[in-house]
Amino acid sequence: MARIIAGIATSHVPAVGHAVDSGRTQDDYWKPMFEGYEFSKQWVKDNPADVDIIVYNDHASYFGMDIMPTFGIGTAGKYDICDEGYGPRPVPVVMGHPALSTHLAASLILDDFDMTVLNRLDVDHGLTVPMSLMYGQPDAWPTRVIPFPVNVVMYPQPSGERCFAIGKAIRDAVQNFDEDITVRVWGTGGMSHQIQGARAGLINLPWDIQFMDDLINQPEVLQYKPHLEYMIEAGSEGVELIMWLIMRGALGDKVDEVYRFNHVPASNTSVGHLILKPRD
Amino acid sequence: MKPNFEQFNDIPGTTIFTMQMAQKGFQLNEFCMSLRTQENRDRFHADERKYLDEWEMSEDQKQAVLTRDFQKMLDSGGNVYFLSKIFAAEGMSYVQAVSTMTDMNVEQYQAMMVAGGRNIEGWRSKKERGEA
Repeated sequence: MARIIAGIATSHVPAVGHAVDSGRTQDDYWKPMFEGYEFSKQWVKDNPADVDIIVYNDHASYFGMDIMPTFGIGTAGKYDICDEGYGPRPVPVVMGHPALSTHLAASLILDDFDMTVLNRLDVDHGLTVPMSLMYGQPDAWPTRVIPFPVNVVMYPQPSGERCFAIGKAIRDAVQNFDEDITVRVWGTGGMSHQIQGARAGLINLPWDIQFMDDLINQPEVLQYKPHLEYMIEAGSEGVELIMWLIMRGALGDKVDEVYRFNHVPASNTSVGHLILKPRD
Repeated sequence: MKPNFEQFNDIPGTTIFTMQMAQKGFQLNEFCMSLRTQENRDRFHADERKYLDEWEMSEDQKQAVLTRDFQKMLDSGGNVYFLSKIFAAEGMSYVQAVSTMTDMNVEQYQAMMVAGGRNIEGWRSKKERGEA
């Protein structure tokens, strides 16, 4: 039986990818942020997993407005890196886990989640920046990955309830997979940020910290937070945080907080990071 | 459930990319997506007007692109992740591009971010600000 051993939440700021790729992580501006991930880089080495299910959003890098899936799941053997307007990031190709992702996709559909099945998918900074933060700059990524893209760009995004529920369904599906492998689920994006309009640059750190507390302690309440509140309090792009609810749903009722980090700013964004372990 | 696209209108200085806005901005955003290849970026930069005329965008949308008026692009259905293809292709960062939509220059904007970002107090509601 496959097991979920941890949940990881982290922001996925593109400029963080640039800092890694151009060797600037020790610059005065970036050093305090990257230091906050040093614990985590060691922790993922000490607590290895076979597969990472990475919940993220595409930023008009692979999906345009031709097709905009609400919930998608990659079922491919490998995922290439998107050109986001300045050439692809110089990071390794992301290797998939077709057996588990096929099992997951089918399970979720049978549980009434109408997934878009992606046999072809290129991944952008939403997925690769969190991997760089956790794994640094390896020649090959240490785990297999199942990309789980969510529409958080166009309103209506899926509701918080739906995100939390699909997380629970991911947990059931992983536990029903016959191979004896370990899995981590990642929720990426956020925290508060707004990168458009006269209100750009909005940061709401007290709200971000409360969100983290509620995600850990009372996700059953947090799931009902309306999109409007995210957009007012955490900025128009802060609504990405609904993806953290998917990760949280996949961890079961009670979790232990292994690690927490906040830093303002990375580019336009309030950076937040959690490592959680399911208690059972 | 009946969709409420208007619920976001009271947020000051913010354009929410709703499904309705996505309809309005479809061709503009399609043009942006085309800039994901170096070949198209080169063609666009060689003759911007000519390249834009290959798309069924409104003249207003084309003018907004030509003058790099990102706020106008948002107002006509563009979304910032799509628009990022325009400024990324010019080596411009999000901070540089985003600051142009505010009343600050890039140095002032960067200083605000380093000091902790824009404080939300006073930025929750147009009504509260006397803008509505």
